[in-house]
Amino acid sequence: MNSRLRWRKFVSGFMLSMTGVCALISVSVLFFILGYLVYHGGTSISWNFFTKLPAPVGETGGGMANAILGSAKLLLLASLFGVPIGFFGAIYLAEFSAGTTAFVIRYAADLLNGVPSVVIGIFAYSLAVHPFKQYSTLAGGFALGLMMIPITLRSTEQFLRGVPNALREAAMALGASKWKTIVTVIVPAAYRGILTAVLLAFARVAGETAPLLFTTLGNQFWSRGWVQPTASLPVMIYTYALGPYEDWHRQAWAAGLVLLGLILVINIVARAILSRGIAVPRS
Amino acid sequence: MVTSTTTVPSAGPVAGSRSFLSRLREGDEIARIITFLFAASVVLITILLVFELWQGSVLPRHKFGFNFFRTSVWDPIFDQFGALPFIYGTLVTAAVSLLIAVPLGIGAAIFLAELAPARLSDTLEFFIDLLAAVPSVIYGLLGVFIVVPLMRQYIQPALKNTLGFLPLFQGPAYGVGFLTAGIVLAIMVIPYIISVSREVLLSVPRDQREAALSLGATRWESTWKVVVPFARPGIFGSIFLALARALGETIAVTMVIGNTPVISASLFASGYSIAGVIANELTDATSNLHYESLVELGLVLFLLTFILNGLARLLIMATSQRGAGMGNA
Repeated sequence: MNSRLRWRKFVSGFMLSMTGVCALISVSVLFFILGYLVYHGGTSISWNFFTKLPAPVGETGGGMANAILGSAKLLLLASLFGVPIGFFGAIYLAEFSAGTTAFVIRYAADLLNGVPSVVIGIFAYSLAVHPFKQYSTLAGGFALGLMMIPITLRSTEQFLRGVPNALREAAMALGASKWKTIVTVIVPAAYRGILTAVLLAFARVAGETAPLLFTTLGNQFWSRGWVQPTASLPVMIYTYALGPYEDWHRQAWAAGLVLLGLILVINIVARAILSRGIAVPRS
Repeated sequence: MVTSTTTVPSAGPVAGSRSFLSRLREGDEIARIITFLFAASVVLITILLVFELWQGSVLPRHKFGFNFFRTSVWDPIFDQFGALPFIYGTLVTAAVSLLIAVPLGIGAAIFLAELAPARLSDTLEFFIDLLAAVPSVIYGLLGVFIVVPLMRQYIQPALKNTLGFLPLFQGPAYGVGFLTAGIVLAIMVIPYIISVSREVLLSVPRDQREAALSLGATRWESTWKVVVPFARPGIFGSIFLALARALGETIAVTMVIGNTPVISASLFASGYSIAGVIANELTDATSNLHYESLVELGLVLFLLTFILNGLARLLIMATSQRGAGMGNA
């Protein structure tokens, strides 16, 4: 074996092991984040965190019950607004449309998907806060719902398209109308995929902070009704992490652990639903 | 059924309207119209978004014109708005993040696509997808409490001692600043680069690898000189995608960049980003001009990410189709 060949083999082995190192570093970041959050958040979390209001500035203790409820309300509104548009829009794209219309809708959805969250925040502020001179849960839900639309739409469409044509033809051959085919055959066949799409969209907006800064503002107390400023977990983490008090930092870690736990669990569940024997082969 | 057979010989338009009516009666047409309304609202929202950004930034566009991007005085009290420090901050942090994330991400993607056995590759990809789902405020939290102290105590002094002769690594080490923001951003965009690059590399046809190996290339030579060039447009696509995300990232950057609107050559210095100034000042803008200047910054961000995302999609699509086409042939 001449030295040139030996050199080439050395380079090959060296570079390939370097790629392994790159992969190791990238993946270990996740475990590092998780470990650190569990360590710091786990020691600061307590029952009070879930049941008490934030303590007045300067006092220790208290919790984030209002932020947890606020986040739940926001996500409920976002789902009510974003999921129907995404779901029915996807049915139109996958089952009824063709050509230019479909292209325009897909293009708009992809464009909306790429808009930075802070710009969505500006949009929601100028549409739902500025005209009414009122920060509200509704405006925050609107902003988050906007972000759910393109994700739900595009992935639901993908899964509807994955339903084999034979199923459509079989239903129609039995005399079913098109909408009956969709309701009784196509959507049930793709429901795992659709559920996954909705869950992933939900998880994505659950941690969004920037649009909420402009729409829900924040609140140290319970938010009454739907048209008041409200606290939410991501904004609480943001404010408390940058605050000057040691106790705030502790609470920020606890809130971070709760939020990340929620998001990761939803992600894992969504993927599990999809992989557990989906009825339809993905094309 | 009977009626349709009798109307077949009649004129086209009559048959058309009849079938429209019958489809309406069966509900198909109603379903089509309802779902169309939902789908069309997506287009409407997008148009409204662009319109609001454009309409909302009329004042500064008329008053400052291009000077908005060339001057660096940002003074709400005297209504002077120049965005240069923010643009500089956004571009510098994005550049730093790509310098770190591109080699690391592509290296990891090569490992996942070329070397790792399928099961290991899928498992690692699962973890990387989870990383991509971590919200930015969590990265910000870790940035504030882990990366900033690390930078202040170890990394910045070390860089100063070794590379301190460069203007990039001079000045006091506060911990926050361009470099820290760039590192946090790098951690955030790596999953995107890995996921998309891996996908593109996997779409390279097998024959390409086998041809190179049969000519006597080593494993690395076949990867680096044949597979990677084949997938190059798609890899660039993944980089553009990461860049678009880095430019638009708000919360994590705002938490660690220091938020001072100053242009400095040193990466240790505090800066400010476009998204950061919007996040901090939009809700308490002092004048209409102030508010609309922030909206114009939003418009700039929107256009930048729009162009980058479009390019990325084209490149990724072109590469996957090329791979699929050659695979079939």
